[in-house]
Formats: sequence, structure tokens, C-alpha cells
Amino acid sequence: MANSYYDPADLRKFGNITEWSEELGTKFFDYYGKVFEEGALSAREKSLIALAVAHVVKCPYCIDAYTKDGLQRGITKEEMMEAVHAGAAIESGATLVHGVQMMNKYNKLSM
Amino acid sequence: MEQSILPQIKKAAKKSLKARDNELASTNKQLEILNGGLFADGELPYFKDKIAEIGHHPLRPNKLEILQINVGYMCNQVCEHCHVDAGPDRKEIMTRETMELCLEVIRNTGAHTLDLTGGAPEMNPNFRWFVEEAAKAGIQDFIVRSNLTIIRANKKYYDLPEFFKKHNVHVVSSMPHYTRGKTDKQRGDGVFDKSIKALQELNAVGYGMPGSDLRLDLVYNPSGAFLPGDQMAMERDFKKALDEDFGIQFHNLFAITNLPISRFLDYLIASDNYEDYMYALVEAYNPAAVANVMCTNTISVSWDGWLYDCDFNQMLDLKVASKVKHIKDYNEDVLNDRNIVISQHCYGCTAGAGSSCQGTVA
Repeated sequence: MANSYYDPADLRKFGNITEWSEELGTKFFDYYGKVFEEGALSAREKSLIALAVAHVVKCPYCIDAYTKDGLQRGITKEEMMEAVHAGAAIESGATLVHGVQMMNKYNKLSM
Repeated sequence: MEQSILPQIKKAAKKSLKARDNELASTNKQLEILNGGLFADGELPYFKDKIAEIGHHPLRPNKLEILQINVGYMCNQVCEHCHVDAGPDRKEIMTRETMELCLEVIRNTGAHTLDLTGGAPEMNPNFRWFVEEAAKAGIQDFIVRSNLTIIRANKKYYDLPEFFKKHNVHVVSSMPHYTRGKTDKQRGDGVFDKSIKALQELNAVGYGMPGSDLRLDLVYNPSGAFLPGDQMAMERDFKKALDEDFGIQFHNLFAITNLPISRFLDYLIASDNYEDYMYALVEAYNPAAVANVMCTNTISVSWDGWLYDCDFNQMLDLKVASKVKHIKDYNEDVLNDRNIVISQHCYGCTAGAGSSCQGTVA
């Protein structure tokens, strides 16, 4: 048993989740594959969205996977970092917008 | 760990593995790695077992279409990923006598494509004579693989675009990325700017222009331990960027997978990427690519006249499994009746959409 919660080698075992629930696993991977196909958005654009979300949800597997995916698609490091900042800006904005709630509460409770 | 090792590789990479006496200059050592480790432990399947599942073992040739001749390992560049281990310090150069033997074969072959490669083929002192003579054979598609910077390396090469045009040569050139940073990282400082200038000069004489018969194709190799993306999408991105930024035109982009041999194998091991890369190749194995891998339609000739199933086998010194092993004994019928020699590097040609010197195959 690995002595840490995250093992990079586990990423390539991701598909194994289907072994314990074939129907749901298969449906998930079919859906996943379909999502990242070329569509109204290019597969390249979706790869950058995935990279940004990977950072926001702080998934080390996803960060490894979509950094590599970006390299394979010829995405530059500048584009990748901008995507990460887009995710980070939304995440910090989501925190800061709660400041309005704090201000509301402060004002309500204060004379 | 990787942070501390990589600068050393980069520094060392200015010389070939051979000049550095690196143990990976030995083909036996490379084959030991490719046949051992993950594969001997049973973690990953051997290539022969994988193709046996679909009835392709032993792998057999189809009709011969491409005669690929490596005229020498000398090169003006020392690219980090080079499977030839080419560089200025390599002295293996095809002699005129061996070229004469090749010409005899070119005049009589059933192959429709002649493909000259290296090293930088233009550095062979008999290169121009060989091209002139080979062009007379009237072969349908005559390719020279040019690294582009050679055109700008020395005044004596400045007229290469005109020379190629005169002999209706199909130019296939390496271009790892449309940005300076990625190109120079893989191929050396200044390579990007020289390559751009060379492409503009090829365009100026008509190469790569829309509708032009003067074919100019680009080769894209990933600049690191990852596989190439979709060839069509990459071509679209390359065309857009090179046109917008530099006004450069070209015909097609060939996305080629780096095979885990020679300097790329050295890089994979030193950067601790070897296992992941082999997993990635095996996971991306595409049975549909097997029937069209390039060894099924190609014969590769080395600078000293030996015959191989492909340029990669040439670099691993895996000669054809045939009674005919040398250009002096060349016999197409006998050669076509052979089993292709394989090892685990072959996964590089069956990954994803497949990979060959002509790009994807599936």
C-alpha cells in the first residue's frame, strides 16, 4: 500500500474503476470521451478549460494529464499559465464576492 | 531531481552519444533496455505478443514503395531527440562507390518514392552528384529530408533551394514548433530564426506555395516526453501561425512520434520519463496502424550499404532478416519475402494514429 494519498502511477489505473462498476464506469468514460471531442469548442480550447478546472479543484492527476495533453496539442506554456490564472481569478473572485455578504451582515448588525 | 540533471544533459547534448562514450551509443545496451525492465517483468506486453493478437506476427512486408537511403550521420545540429545520434562529430558518410550501388538499385526498383535522409544529407560531399544522378532515374517522388538550418549554415549551401527546384526534389523539413522557445529548446539556440529564413527562401523559389508542384512538407516531433497530437489539428495551427507571423506557406505537416532509442532514450532515462513514456506508447497502441507501419513498404539503406526494415532499426543495427543484407546483393523479390525485425521501440509507430516518416498511417 502506498504511504501517500496520491501516487502518480495511479493515474494510468484510472480506467480500472470500471472493474467494480462496469455500467457506471463505461457510461462515465463514454461521456468523458464525448465531452472532449471537437465540437462548437475545439478540443484544444476544451483542453485549456480542463487544465484551469484541474487547478481549481486541485486534482494532481488532472494537472499532470492536462499539462501533457496541452503539450501534445502544441499549446504553449504561456497559454497554459493564462488558463491557470483564469481559473485562479474565478476562484479568488468566488471568495471575494462573499465579502459582500460579510459587508451586508456587518452593516445589518451594526448601529 | 530532474531539475538538477536536465542542465547536464543539455550541456552534454552538444556532442553525440558516441563522441561522449555514453553507454547508450551501444545498440546492445539500448536493446537490453527495450527488451528488459517493464517488458521482462510482465508489466507491459512485448510488441510481438501485441501484434500476434491481431494475426500480424511475424510482421511481413507489403509491396515495396519507399527506398530510404541514409547518406551519413554527419549533421550541423545536435538535436536532443535525434534517433540517429547525428552531429558534426559523426564521420560515417556514404562513399561514392556505395552511391553507385544505390543508383543501380534506384534505376531498377519498383518503389515509387526515393527518400534521402541523414544526418544532414547535404553535408555528404557527393550529395549533389548523387541527387543529379538519382533524379535522372525518373522516380515519381524524390524526397530530401532537410533540417532547414543547413541552408543557412554556410554560403556553399545558400543555393540549395534553387538546386532542389532544378531537380524537382520534394523537400521534407523538420520544424518542431511555430514558436521560437520550443524549437530552440529541442534543436539548439538560433535554430528557429534560421529555419524561418530557410522556409522563406524555399517559398521564394516556389516551394510550398498553394497549388505549386514544388512540394514542401514539414515534420513535427514533440519536444519532450509526450506523444504528438492530432496531425490535422497541428497542421492547422502551424499553417495559421507561420502564415500570420512570417508569411510562410507549406503543404502538409507530418506528425512523427519520437521512438525510444538513441538520444531520445537517453533523455527519457535521464529525465525519469522512460517508464511513463513506454506506458503511454503501449496505452496508445492502435491495432489499425499495424497493417500500414512504414517497415511494410520501406527498405532503409545505411551509409555503408547495409539494409534495414526502417531507419530506426538501422540505428539499432537490426539488419533485415533476409539472405540479402547488403545493397551490393540487392534483390527486391528476395527482400520482400522476409520477416520484419521488431522490438519494443516499434510501439512508437503504432501509437495513436500511427507514425512513419510520412506522418500518420491510420
